[in-house]
Amino acid sequence: MNIHQPRADIADTTLAIVEALKGLEGPLLPILHELQEEFGYVPQECLPVIARELNLSRAEVYGVMTFYHDFREHPAGRHVLKLCRAEACQSMGGDQLAERAKRLLGIDFHQTTPDGAVTLEPVYCLGLCSCAPSAMLDGEVHARVDATELEALVQEARR
Amino acid sequence: MTVKIYIPRDAAAIALGAEKVAKAMAEAIGARGLDVVIVRNGSRGMHWLEPLVEVETAEGRVAYGPVKARDVTSLLDAGLLEGGDHALCLGKTEEIPFLKQQTRLTFARCGIIDPLSLDDYQAHGGLTGLRHAIAMAPEAIVAQVTESGLRGRGGAGFPTGIKWKTVLEAAGERKYIVCNADEGDSGTFADRMIMEGDPFVLIEGMAIAGIATGATKGFIYTRSEYPHAIAAMAEAIEIARKAGVLGPSVLGSGRAFDMEVREGAGAYVCGEETALLNSLEGKRGIVRAKPPLPAHKGLFDCPTVINNVISLASVPIIMDKGAAFYRDFGMGRSRGTIPIQIAGNVKHAGLYETAFGLALGEIIDHIGGGTASGRPVKAVQVGGPLGAYFPRALFDTPFDYEAFAARDGLIGHAGIVVFDDTVDMLHQARFAMEFCAVESCGKCTPCRIGSTRGVEVADKIAAGIEPEKNRELLADLCNTMKFGSLCALGGFTPYPVMSAMTHFPDDFKPVPVVEAAE
Repeated sequence: MNIHQPRADIADTTLAIVEALKGLEGPLLPILHELQEEFGYVPQECLPVIARELNLSRAEVYGVMTFYHDFREHPAGRHVLKLCRAEACQSMGGDQLAERAKRLLGIDFHQTTPDGAVTLEPVYCLGLCSCAPSAMLDGEVHARVDATELEALVQEARR
Repeated sequence: MTVKIYIPRDAAAIALGAEKVAKAMAEAIGARGLDVVIVRNGSRGMHWLEPLVEVETAEGRVAYGPVKARDVTSLLDAGLLEGGDHALCLGKTEEIPFLKQQTRLTFARCGIIDPLSLDDYQAHGGLTGLRHAIAMAPEAIVAQVTESGLRGRGGAGFPTGIKWKTVLEAAGERKYIVCNADEGDSGTFADRMIMEGDPFVLIEGMAIAGIATGATKGFIYTRSEYPHAIAAMAEAIEIARKAGVLGPSVLGSGRAFDMEVREGAGAYVCGEETALLNSLEGKRGIVRAKPPLPAHKGLFDCPTVINNVISLASVPIIMDKGAAFYRDFGMGRSRGTIPIQIAGNVKHAGLYETAFGLALGEIIDHIGGGTASGRPVKAVQVGGPLGAYFPRALFDTPFDYEAFAARDGLIGHAGIVVFDDTVDMLHQARFAMEFCAVESCGKCTPCRIGSTRGVEVADKIAAGIEPEKNRELLADLCNTMKFGSLCALGGFTPYPVMSAMTHFPDDFKPVPVVEAAE
């Protein structure tokens, strides 16, 4: 969701999440995943809290967060459509499908439609290579996606 | 008597509508008041037939597929519960040639049992290997795994037993078993299928590894792109813990072993073992220089066994049936079976477990049935984005680590992606470089910069700019990346690029129109 919460709330929620997970061995990735689950992205305001609680520098936390493709610095659209761009999907017309999706949405990869409805992202392999091309809409997987199904997915995401 | 209907919960089946089929089936059964239980099994691996619905009859399981939700009514009308005839009926599941010809050792239970039933698992031979292991000395377990000839199924092919021996002999108060389930290669899905279809076999394999090496804690590092596998593994671990398979005393042996699942965050390079360890520790997924080996200084600097899912999932049967049983399959130094994943533009796509040694052409043309598009096969990429493209001329290559290496290829994690004659191999070579540029961890220069330069050089060739000079430059760049990179990402990206250039030189010729414009 796009709604921006007040800063104090973010810090408190972050602290609660860090407290719950800091007992794990190597807790930083689980914490970042949980924060993204909570906020839809990892707000800047989380970083000093994590750094303080895990005894890391803020730069280290930022470095880890930005290394991984999954973690967002900004909120995504209400729906996220991921299209597989890897070889198996290419062999079944994945490139053409991607171009079609871009045209239908009027955006490029890593962009969000102006109405905030859909973010389009590339993904390098959903492990559905035997039924390519594949896509994921808000965590739901779809295989053998043809032009018709892509349009249906885009329609669904547009709502 | 209650009839069992099987509808897969495998992600590939779900992506093709298995949830809708299961829902429609449950509703229809309720409406008709039938005495039926729906089991959500793993996939049998025949993905062109998914969702594959099976019914248990007195004569064995009968298969129907591919089933859509709208077929449910007509299936029930046709006597589905008795294995009745229908346009979608495929006969007895075990008699389908694609399945019948396989040698299923690692995937023996996948698609057959309820993945989250420990009783089902044990009824099909599960935990026998672990029971044997806890009665043995660690050295004896390691010796048995070594004698089986099992080699790392992640791609490197390093002997699993040797790795375990190093960790067993390493001094350390705390040791770890790390399962590399970061299956990022395009064309591969064997790890995902095991985690979703038979998670207990991986738990059992890891517990055996722990007992063999003195490690008490295990981690499965898998991909955020695999939500179904993560959920299945987490649930299976919880069940195993409650049943005493995991915990302070594994099956009452007095030896401790426990584990957890960790989720990656979309970085391909974390499939490289040292980058994976850094990621588990909560760092950036940057590759570490070796030595020290992870077996000496791995996770949190402790001795660590890091094995692929399929390597670990193959251990239970080795401990159950013995080293010789497993070693008797295969050829040369490639012993046992390999789950070949046939993907891309191919008619019969799916997972085919067989002994090493099948010819590549046999796999593509006969088992895979040629392309899905019906056009001729132009190239196949074996071993993921870092694997070589092979033309038809190399289809006599037997599926074996050494045979592929001898032809400048690799079997990697045993994924095969088939392309028809519409593929442009220069485009594929460019993609290999582009992928490396996107996924490079950035630590070493040949990979970080070389990949970006590679994309530029490929673009110049495509544009017809000094093609001969640029082809030479691309080959030289590949040479630098191959020998100068720290890990397989930069080091193996030259395989798809060079193989494309060597085997498909016509695709690397300049476009005449552009030449004329110069």
